[in-house]
Amino acid sequence: MLKQTEGSHAVAEAVALCRPEVICAYPISPQTHIVEGLGELVKSGALTPCEFINVESEFAAMSVAIGASAAGARAYTATASQGLLFMAEAVFNASGLGLPIVMTVANRAIGAPINIWNDHSDSMSQRDCGWLQLFAENNQEALDLHIQAFKLAEELSMPVMVCMDGFILTHAYERIDMPTQAEVDAFLPPYEPRQVLDPAEPVSIGAMVGPEAFMEVRYLAHAKQNQALLRIPQIADEFARRFGRASGGLVRPYRCEDAETIVIALGSVIGTLKDTIDDLRAGGMKIGVLGIQSFRPFPLAAVRAALQGAKRVVVLEKSFCVGLGGIVSTDVRMALSGMQLHGYTVIAGLGGRAITKASLARTLTEAAADKLQPLTFMDLDWPLVNRQLEREARMRRSGPIAENLLRDVGTVASKVI
Amino acid sequence: MNAPIKFYQTGTFTVGNRLLSPEQRAVQASPERSNALNSGHRACQGCGEALGARYAVDAAMRATDGELIAANATGCLEVFSTPYPETSWQLPWIHSLFGNTAAVGTGIAAAMKVKGKLGTRVIAQGGDGGTTDIGFGCLSGMFERNDDVLYICYDNEAYMNTGVQRSSATPYAARTATTMAVGSEPGATFGQGKNLPMIAMAHQIPYVATATVADLHDLEAKVEKAMSVHGARYLHVLVPCPLGWGSASHDTIRLARLACETGVFPVFEAEHGEVTSVSKIRHRVPVEEYLKPQKRFAHLFGANGHPDMLAKIQADADRNIRRFGLVDEVAA
Repeated sequence: MLKQTEGSHAVAEAVALCRPEVICAYPISPQTHIVEGLGELVKSGALTPCEFINVESEFAAMSVAIGASAAGARAYTATASQGLLFMAEAVFNASGLGLPIVMTVANRAIGAPINIWNDHSDSMSQRDCGWLQLFAENNQEALDLHIQAFKLAEELSMPVMVCMDGFILTHAYERIDMPTQAEVDAFLPPYEPRQVLDPAEPVSIGAMVGPEAFMEVRYLAHAKQNQALLRIPQIADEFARRFGRASGGLVRPYRCEDAETIVIALGSVIGTLKDTIDDLRAGGMKIGVLGIQSFRPFPLAAVRAALQGAKRVVVLEKSFCVGLGGIVSTDVRMALSGMQLHGYTVIAGLGGRAITKASLARTLTEAAADKLQPLTFMDLDWPLVNRQLEREARMRRSGPIAENLLRDVGTVASKVI
Repeated sequence: MNAPIKFYQTGTFTVGNRLLSPEQRAVQASPERSNALNSGHRACQGCGEALGARYAVDAAMRATDGELIAANATGCLEVFSTPYPETSWQLPWIHSLFGNTAAVGTGIAAAMKVKGKLGTRVIAQGGDGGTTDIGFGCLSGMFERNDDVLYICYDNEAYMNTGVQRSSATPYAARTATTMAVGSEPGATFGQGKNLPMIAMAHQIPYVATATVADLHDLEAKVEKAMSVHGARYLHVLVPCPLGWGSASHDTIRLARLACETGVFPVFEAEHGEVTSVSKIRHRVPVEEYLKPQKRFAHLFGANGHPDMLAKIQADADRNIRRFGLVDEVAA
């Protein structure tokens, strides 16, 4: 059914259609509307049987989900930013135990300085945690990915994170097509656990493993991700057949056919990139965008195949590996092993800084002319940075960095260039 | 056999099972016991936690007719019972993390509810570190939501698994690896051990009880009582640790008993935040008798001893006796 609704509510409805049995709720912006929506569905009796649990922290949220999943229930939670970090120990534990929990991450920056706006630092920080990480380009894909995520998670017995840009998607009202319960039921079978806490057949879950088998256990987690590389496109195909639209998959190229320059990105910025690329194409530039829907497993072969005919690749990242540069770029480099391509990393949009078509067009034009720095910080205010560096060189007690910068900026807290 | 039995048997006050009627006998006395924590585990000789857990979990198994699932915190109990591929647990058991056991219990209980398996009950268990320190947030949350979980803390008053470091349950003056017995005020110089039973009571949960491995019959009865009610329940069991306390392995039960007889560890039950019963002290003894057999308190005694610190421990024990009415007026 077509409707105009908020991204968070669309996700809440889609998750409800997946018949979750235990939902753990803890508030953190910009995720909160999702669990609020689910809570209402449970309280009103629309979603039943389901236990909606108000927990006392994100660490507890994931821990309750672990207990529920190990006891055979379909478990779901959602978080963002600091919340994801606070639950990090349990995040690793869930994947280590092979529990198919599905979690939405409403991507948000990580402090300090505290910042509630969107970038990808939070889920990227959990890059190596063993969860599958799927990124949504728009709200339709966000809700579709949740339906696919439960299927994928339960088939593999591994947890899946569905990442959607905080505010940009979670709080945006868009037209979406909501499937019916019957359609979702036909697509997503009931959860059949591989391991379950059952008095009729007692097992010990989560005991200690020493050096004699730990590496093998870890390798098997990797093997699951390799299986996912095959299953993700198949599940996306089945989804397309049943629901009549393409969502998910590993990567999605846009106008890459004869492209000399290919931009790689994740999440909602792909929409802005497509518009920008249409404009640049109209101006004669041979450029395309490759959206990555599956960040974990990282589709090395698909990325490599998509870049075969290109001369250069620009990785546009809403995340930043301090001390190195790009996070996604590092993975893309892996995919490019042995290929001769100019590679550029563009860090953009950190902490919610708007990524505009104008800035993208300027940056990509420079890239196409190979005039871009290998590591570029799009729209970085260099005078502001330099002033602080001078201040620190000049005096010992230079004070809190963020305060200094904002005093220099003036009263405008957020900035659109 | 109708009169109350008060046998003084080998100085322990315990009653041999053969002297009791069958229905009064311990779960452990029955060949039908579940052996939930089976033999062959790697606990130290004289381990109070292994003893307490065996009695507590078997009692819970009997109370639920074997329909029981356990969540276990990281710590000695987890480590000595289950290095894969071996496990001593004869019931469905999960170890997730150090600090999240109560929440894992909540999740299991939620799953049972949603699956309609209302007869399957849940216990969560851990040591004092996993309960009073790192797991405290999750435990308080479980209490506050009144989730249908019995949480059992086996309190040996320090982080024994990592090598005897101080926890918030470590008593005043005790030596641990991080409260060294050196300086002008040796041992743990602050706090008196976080009182988790009282904190649990402040949550107004249906049932809170303390017990020790000196009175295993009482421990079993409290587990049975706990399993007869729904909602959040808390059982705090004092379990001496020969390694951490510097005591003889044959003194585990004696020390647990002395902890009660001195008033150091009050044994009581509470329902909805109100104390409903206490185990009276039959022979009140000064705290020295409890402290002296433990090397962790050795610095309090001898020529360079600390009578002032001893006096504080005695005063705290006396306060417990007053507060909980542990000594009958007549007996006192």
